[in-house]
Amino acid sequence: MMTSPAGRLTQGQFSYLPDLSDAEISLQIQYGLNKGYAWSVEYTDDPHPRNTYWEMFGIPMFDLKDAAGVMLELQNCRKTFPNRYIRLMAFDSTRGVESIAMNFIVNRPANEPGFGLVRQEAPGRTIRYTIHSYATDRPEAERGS
Amino acid sequence: MTAPLYTIPGAVQPVATPAAAAAAPAAPTVEAGSMRTVNEVLSQSQAGAVMDELEHDLIGLAPIKTRIRDIAALLVIDKLRMNLGLQAQAPSLHMCFTGNPGTGKTTVAMRMAEILHRLGYVRKGHLVAVTRDDLVGQYIGHTAPKTKDVVKKAMGGVLFIDEAYYLYRPENERDYGQEAIEILLQVMESQRDDLVVILAGYKDRMNTFFRSNPGMSSRIAHHLDFPDYASSDLLRIGDRMLEQHNYRFGPGAREAFEEYIRHRIVQQNFANARSVRNALDRARLRQASRLFADKDREFTPEDLTTIAESDIRASRVFQIAAEQNPD
Repeated sequence: MMTSPAGRLTQGQFSYLPDLSDAEISLQIQYGLNKGYAWSVEYTDDPHPRNTYWEMFGIPMFDLKDAAGVMLELQNCRKTFPNRYIRLMAFDSTRGVESIAMNFIVNRPANEPGFGLVRQEAPGRTIRYTIHSYATDRPEAERGS
Repeated sequence: MTAPLYTIPGAVQPVATPAAAAAAPAAPTVEAGSMRTVNEVLSQSQAGAVMDELEHDLIGLAPIKTRIRDIAALLVIDKLRMNLGLQAQAPSLHMCFTGNPGTGKTTVAMRMAEILHRLGYVRKGHLVAVTRDDLVGQYIGHTAPKTKDVVKKAMGGVLFIDEAYYLYRPENERDYGQEAIEILLQVMESQRDDLVVILAGYKDRMNTFFRSNPGMSSRIAHHLDFPDYASSDLLRIGDRMLEQHNYRFGPGAREAFEEYIRHRIVQQNFANARSVRNALDRARLRQASRLFADKDREFTPEDLTTIAESDIRASRVFQIAAEQNPD
């Protein structure tokens, strides 16, 4: 059973909690902005855990003061891709850190098929394992938006 | 999405479903909700302090101060109405500042951001000052992201567009300015709670701009016209500027400066407070070179802070005035 007990994707912060409401998302964004992070919105239809780089929805937003700007972009992304995974990422540009400081999922497809375990026979009775995301079974163009 | 079953620490007012809100009003609003008098609201928002500061710091500008006080009063009364459960829709506070150069449009806009913040109308109270260059792109598809970027930065504060009429260039119908205007219009309408837009510029050109963009004009509730300063105001502004830089007028210098202002007002390119600042800057230059010539003298603080009458009288303005009125 490769799928989490909750039956949904658990990546990033808060993923074992119920979905955050918009007001809660705003508070998280504001927390990051107060720390000086730059937020960005990303989406994907392939939630494989090793799929690190999701598609960027616009460029990262630097120099924002208020969460409303990020929320605006998030709403745009939700409108464009209602049935994809969308996550918010906060980039900490402090010298020596320069990496993602916060990252949580803010939108999920209605149906999350989860992952399967794939076994591969290798020489000498060796078995190799890999994880396969059911969401990518269909060709990209037919996965629905 | 399902309603949250928990509260995040630090969340002051979790958005509760209507049923939950009715059952248990959030704790912090009880105190604010009990406010019934203007003074109670003022003591919480320090709006009174800002209004006093405005009165004290800005010289002249009586109509502007009145309007700002009206807006402040409306916001306070709205808060009281809300406490009594009356409907209080957030007023539209987009503004347009028109006036001649140097009449304090930018200064007031800065103040406005702070005032609205203290009144609790905008959340952050910062000012993002932009011109056409920051909004309009250079090629197709460049304008929208650029304008949106600026708008996002200004969210929670005030977006100040200086010389807004340059956004619209009627002589070039393929100009990208129109696109920026459309995005601004949309944001001004839909994100009214998040953003206050202030347009500024010279009166006649602003009127032309509004004539060709009626949508813009109707979305702006407050058209403030900045009057020119009287010469007595300008003199007081000069006093204030010198004070800020630790200078003062020497004997006779203030009278000379008064005369200077009287001549300068009628001459070309007069820019109100900005002209005063430039004149004082030049007087400081002259004072510096006057002192510089005395290579061996030991200066007292007195010497270094005093603008002498001669520093003012050396201005070209007096010559021009003398040429124009030979008698």
